[in-house]
Amino acid sequence: MDGYYAFMLVATALVLMMTVPALALFYGGMSRSKSVLNMMMMSYVAAAIVGILYVAVGWSMGFGGDGTFFANPFDLFWLDGVDTSGYIGVFFQLTFAVITVALISGAVADRMKFAAWVVFVPLWALLCYFPMAHMVFSCTDDSLICGRIGAQDYAGGTAVHINAGVAGLVLAVLIGKRLGFGKEPMRPHNLTLTMLGAGLLWFGWYGFNVGSIVFTGATDEENVAQFFSETGRTFGNTTLATMAAILGWLVVEKVLHKKATSLGAASGIVAGLVAITPAAGAVDLSGAVAIGLIAGAVCAWAVGLKYKLGYDDSLDVVGVHLVGGVIGTVLIGLFSTSEGAGGVDGLFYGGGLGSLGDQALGALVAIVFSGVVTTVIALAIKFTIGLRLDEDGEVAGIDVAAHGESAYDIHTGGGGAGSSGILAPKTAPLSQSEGARA
Amino acid sequence: MKLVTAVIKPHKWEDVREALETFGVTGMTVSEVSGYGRQKGHTEVYRGAEYDIALVPKIRIEIVVDDGEANDVVDIVVKTAQTGRIGDGKVWISPVETVVRVRTGDRDSAAL
Repeated sequence: MDGYYAFMLVATALVLMMTVPALALFYGGMSRSKSVLNMMMMSYVAAAIVGILYVAVGWSMGFGGDGTFFANPFDLFWLDGVDTSGYIGVFFQLTFAVITVALISGAVADRMKFAAWVVFVPLWALLCYFPMAHMVFSCTDDSLICGRIGAQDYAGGTAVHINAGVAGLVLAVLIGKRLGFGKEPMRPHNLTLTMLGAGLLWFGWYGFNVGSIVFTGATDEENVAQFFSETGRTFGNTTLATMAAILGWLVVEKVLHKKATSLGAASGIVAGLVAITPAAGAVDLSGAVAIGLIAGAVCAWAVGLKYKLGYDDSLDVVGVHLVGGVIGTVLIGLFSTSEGAGGVDGLFYGGGLGSLGDQALGALVAIVFSGVVTTVIALAIKFTIGLRLDEDGEVAGIDVAAHGESAYDIHTGGGGAGSSGILAPKTAPLSQSEGARA
Repeated sequence: MKLVTAVIKPHKWEDVREALETFGVTGMTVSEVSGYGRQKGHTEVYRGAEYDIALVPKIRIEIVVDDGEANDVVDIVVKTAQTGRIGDGKVWISPVETVVRVRTGDRDSAAL
């Protein structure tokens, strides 16, 4: 299995790349120019904090033993008792924890106090993600979603996407709308970054989905055979579902809003990848195309819900990750084939309603768990250090307010100053002299 | 002397400049501006959210000329900048009291 080990080294690096920089670019391009650095920093700092916490207790809570919600955090504390030959398995899972937490940041763009994010990140990883990873990925006998309910989730439709999507919804509601939401235009400031980020996410997702293979064979030979057949299936499904979701999103957009947009294509990529994540091993190519089309089409519609329901999920963590995650997780109940990794036939493959029920219950448990835990954490922060940046800082832009930086040394107000920058405020000498005084 | 101010479509700028130079206009001030007239901007859609983009990018040209040349300059701008579609812009003439060349202190016609 040398090939598998070499592949996992690459897969792990690919999944880390999904957060740093792919997700940061995807989100950063969609934010306004005055908050792009903060948007990207939320991903970068989440990676740093969650990664170290994962080595401390995350692996132990997730994969250190049995339990309904989580395993003993201290059995394998700081990987004590894990041989270095097993590290790559740990670090692969670590990258999943990192991106799940980072995904949430899109819901609170422009307005979450940076200190509040730095406190939220480890608390949420500890109390929400590590347990969910145990319930879904460890698949021990007692683990709630995999072991007890028996829901299939190949790479994280529940633990990653539903989990992050619900957390995004809770945070968006508790932190409130951006100033001017629904009145001022809040256009994405650089869609080329978003297109690039979406493409890099797609690339990285091969590590995410294909790397999530769990061997079931009794012998090395059986495992090698499984490696060949299953990686082909997951790679193929990941590819086709994403392509179908681009088309699904664009068609719905064209019908509803008369234009097929680049942001729609980029969003379709992510919606398709999200939906095929739980189903990558369970379905065949036709199932993957169906799931991708449905996810692209439904998410394209779902991102409009926030305006009707009145919450400011700024970059559509709910509309893409929660909705896409639920679609992928539940549709396994329809499109799952017993030839796939789970060995279960869904409704359309002659398997009856059993799988559909398991999948729906698994999704529901994930929604409730994440909803309750995130609410407790967010309220605790709200009533201690506060969640939200002050109004002046939000108006000026969180990049300057929180980090003392601006992303671009150009002024795009469209006034008569042109692009020469001659009329731009001269901030540099001032800040230097301030620095010298300090 | 007169100040001729023209607000035109950006892609017409090179044509207008060339025509004015051929006519004999020796200098002008040009700026990138934004605004709107009857055409009222356009609509953009991002994930289903429609935004009215009120301001349209334009080029503003300012030329100071002798009284007798003002109408010719206006005609040249109108002829070269015209596409016949909405949003072609405006040209107007205003009186100028005095002009001084900074380098030499020359005044009025000598300063043009």
